[in-house]
Amino acid sequence: MVSITLFLALGAILFCIGLYGVLTRRHLVIVLACVELMLNAVNINLVAFSSIGPFANVTGQVFTLFVISVAAAEVAVGLAILIALYRNRDSIDVIKHDLLRW
Amino acid sequence: MIQNAWLIPVFPLIAFIILLFFGRALKEKASYVGITALALSFILAVLVLFERIGGETYTYVVKWIGFGESTITMGYEVTALNAMMLIVVTVVSLLVHIFSREYMREDDRIHVFYSYLGLFSFSMLGLVLAPNVLQLFIFWELVGLCSYLLVGFWYFKPEAAAAAKKAFLTTRIGDVGLLIGLVLLFNAVGSFEYSAVYSAVEAGLVGDTMVTIIAICIFLGAVGKSAQFPLHVWLPDAMEGPTPVSALIHAATMVAAGVYLVGVMYPVFLASSTAMTVVAYTGAITAIFAATIALVNTDIKRILAYSTISQLGYMMLALGTGGYVAGLFHLMTHAFFKALLFLGAGSVIFALHHRQDIRKMGGLWKRMKVTSVTFLIGALAIAGIFPLAGFWSKEGILAAAWEGGDMFLFIIAVVTAFMTAFYMFRLFFKAFTGEFRGDHEPHENTKLMTIPLTVLAILAVAAGFVNTPFSLGLETFLTDGLHVGHQAHGELWLAVLSIAVALAGIGLAWAMYGKGAIREDFLSQKVPGVHKLLLNKYYLDELYQKVFVSPTVAIGKFFWEVDRLFIDGIVNFVGRATRGSGRAFAKRHDGQLQTYGLVTIIGGLVVIAVAFVLRGYIG
Repeated sequence: MVSITLFLALGAILFCIGLYGVLTRRHLVIVLACVELMLNAVNINLVAFSSIGPFANVTGQVFTLFVISVAAAEVAVGLAILIALYRNRDSIDVIKHDLLRW
Repeated sequence: MIQNAWLIPVFPLIAFIILLFFGRALKEKASYVGITALALSFILAVLVLFERIGGETYTYVVKWIGFGESTITMGYEVTALNAMMLIVVTVVSLLVHIFSREYMREDDRIHVFYSYLGLFSFSMLGLVLAPNVLQLFIFWELVGLCSYLLVGFWYFKPEAAAAAKKAFLTTRIGDVGLLIGLVLLFNAVGSFEYSAVYSAVEAGLVGDTMVTIIAICIFLGAVGKSAQFPLHVWLPDAMEGPTPVSALIHAATMVAAGVYLVGVMYPVFLASSTAMTVVAYTGAITAIFAATIALVNTDIKRILAYSTISQLGYMMLALGTGGYVAGLFHLMTHAFFKALLFLGAGSVIFALHHRQDIRKMGGLWKRMKVTSVTFLIGALAIAGIFPLAGFWSKEGILAAAWEGGDMFLFIIAVVTAFMTAFYMFRLFFKAFTGEFRGDHEPHENTKLMTIPLTVLAILAVAAGFVNTPFSLGLETFLTDGLHVGHQAHGELWLAVLSIAVALAGIGLAWAMYGKGAIREDFLSQKVPGVHKLLLNKYYLDELYQKVFVSPTVAIGKFFWEVDRLFIDGIVNFVGRATRGSGRAFAKRHDGQLQTYGLVTIIGGLVVIAVAFVLRGYIG
């Protein structure tokens, strides 16, 4: 039996990598990919708790399925927005899209 | 009919409301509304008086507020005293309404003037009809407001605006005293009703010290309203208002409200000899003090104003020495002859195109017959010549002062009577006899002005006969059912003395201003200091300016600075800090999503860390 700590550590590492990517990368596609990474980190946590957590049950796995489907939808919408953005502004650099400021 | 007495103040109120809404459309027709309303009030007042003479006091009250075991009522009451006052107020008000029709003819705001007159008549009649002191106080403030509005009627003149303000603020000082007195009275008696107050005071339920304090506080209100020394300074300035207003408010009715107040609260004053002495001495000092100023003044209206102050002092003197009937009798006769004198002065001023300096008059006798004759009657009445109204009431006051036993008060009363005769006839001889010294030939005014003068002249002759030593009609009427003490009656020598003194005053005035046997500038030549002192009204205005007004203004300025620097400073600092920090943080709002994300996460982590530390998970 593997300790739950290893799974949680893996989740945390993945989450931090994802977060780092979201906060630092200028390419919007990569930012989007990093968001997926963060979601998957959460999935690992959910699955881990559902199989070897102190109150192990199937809810965590069901939840993971939801997260995966939401993530798929999110990517679809995100990429659509991205394409529209690129067509309009000729760029997918995060820094250049700063119209919403004071 | 006496049950309908409440309608008497309602008619002028209706006139006021009509003029408030339709005055602009009615323009000078507004006067007819006012005159009709006052005529109705007058007729009703006469009917009420006749019914009261044969009958009883009528009181009608409803509960207004109740708290604990006390209730405050509202209603109206017809006593002997206020039946008389109703007649005085409605007669003078009606005549002033008629007179103003001509006097204010060319004023664009004549409808406003009549609406104010209506409001004033309503308030004054309401004051008189009040069955308790609280209701009296409400109307008391209302007449003060009307006085303010009417003195400042020509508000575009800076003097008029200043005079209105001065009148309002000066009377306010007295009103604060009155209010304190009323609160103390309610505390001591548990009711504002006159009858309850009378019986409580007469039964000795109120302590000696307390009754003195209450009486003096109430008297303070009267001092302000009736322009007694030292709060008299507003009345001469109030002459900036239109002359009919001076006749109605500042001679006949409102200023007499103070005397009426003392009259209506008389049992409270009787219960305290200290308060009586205060009333008597204030009255005496005011009487002689104002009379001396009137000796040298040259403005026709101001002479009459000082004369009014002096006569009001006379009434207070009478009340203070136990002459209840004498004081109120003089209040009535004075209302008639002083309204006559003021309207006469108004007629003169109108004919002279608003010039009021008696040095620029003269010779009006030949040019304005009716005005001159009626003015002479008024002057004789106020001087106290037999058998005019002033003689009877003034003799009553002298008798009261004599029986009061204080020689000082009696001498002041006699000297004041002499001065009254002198200054009135100085005014008369200067303005009406000799050569005309103005630049605009005057003519007699129309009937609208002369008829009110004639009516008042008749009253100034006849009003005294309601209470002569031979038939004490008014005295029996007023004192019936009231405990107001013994009423003094003069003997023959007193009447002779009073007439002799008046004739001496008239004679001296004639010698100086009529015949010219004594130089006019006698006083200013022989004793220039005294003359200057009188001319400057004892420098009281200047003194008040230095002692009260300037320090008050200085304190106000100081607190204004404190307010500006500290209070405003704090408020402005909060405002500026918010705006400044907003500006600073707005710069960070640069549209960079990743920066936002970073800040959010750092913030979230800080919150979590703090929560951990506080809950004791870490450290």
